[in-house]
Amino acid sequence: MAELKARTACEDALPVTVGAAQLEELDLGPVTSVMVWGQEAEVSAAMEAAHGMAFPKPNRSSSKDAGRCVWFGRNQAILIGVAPDATLGNHAAVVDQSDAWCAVSLSGSASEDILARLVPVDLRRGQFKRGHTARTQVGHMMASVTRTGSDSFMILVFRSMAITLIHELEQAMQAVASRST
Amino acid sequence: MRLDCPICGNRDRREFYYQGDAVMLARPAVDAGAVAWDRYLHLRGNPAGQTRDLWQHEAGCGAWLVVTRDTVTHAVSAVELASDVKGAMA
Repeated sequence: MAELKARTACEDALPVTVGAAQLEELDLGPVTSVMVWGQEAEVSAAMEAAHGMAFPKPNRSSSKDAGRCVWFGRNQAILIGVAPDATLGNHAAVVDQSDAWCAVSLSGSASEDILARLVPVDLRRGQFKRGHTARTQVGHMMASVTRTGSDSFMILVFRSMAITLIHELEQAMQAVASRST
Repeated sequence: MRLDCPICGNRDRREFYYQGDAVMLARPAVDAGAVAWDRYLHLRGNPAGQTRDLWQHEAGCGAWLVVTRDTVTHAVSAVELASDVKGAMA
């Protein structure tokens, strides 16, 4: 049988650097959606025991070693970077979504200004601190935006939107860069 | 226009999808009769004043919301989770 080669969503299009901003693809490893159908406290306890991270509160995320858990909607979170423990399935629907999401990192001092052009949420440092997350839009795309550092963000969109996301972000990067000189 | 999502906080209107009158939450019984079902499916008030709509926070948490607003002043007076409202109605 033919050996199939895995390709990432943004393989041909990234990385890109424009002015004071870098856009790179992130390799998240396993991505699992955890949708609570039982008691959130029970799921949280199971996650705490297995992965050292509680179920995140709305608009928040947490990380532990290589794992990250990001709030992803009402009664929903995604677990990134670690394989989900089987006990999570006792109180939540646990679904592998590893190849369903395109993940990019936008970093550099211009990143807040770039996202301000596309995202209808206040992402400035004073409001949106490290570990804060939002389900919102980037342009017209549904997205998950998480602050990962003082000037870096992780942005997730559906994999099918990868090239559109890069296009939108690149345009905003160029527009911000052209104003700063 | 901005709405205060009970889960996500204050968000821009473009994240939300508008469904229609919140009357959809009060579904008549199967045997309620043609008149009740006709009212439920087809008849809507068009008030100058307070009205209640169903919205979904489509690009946010995904929750269905009942938004109470005034069609004259455009003021939004309450945003509640539809699941809470429906629970209270039952």
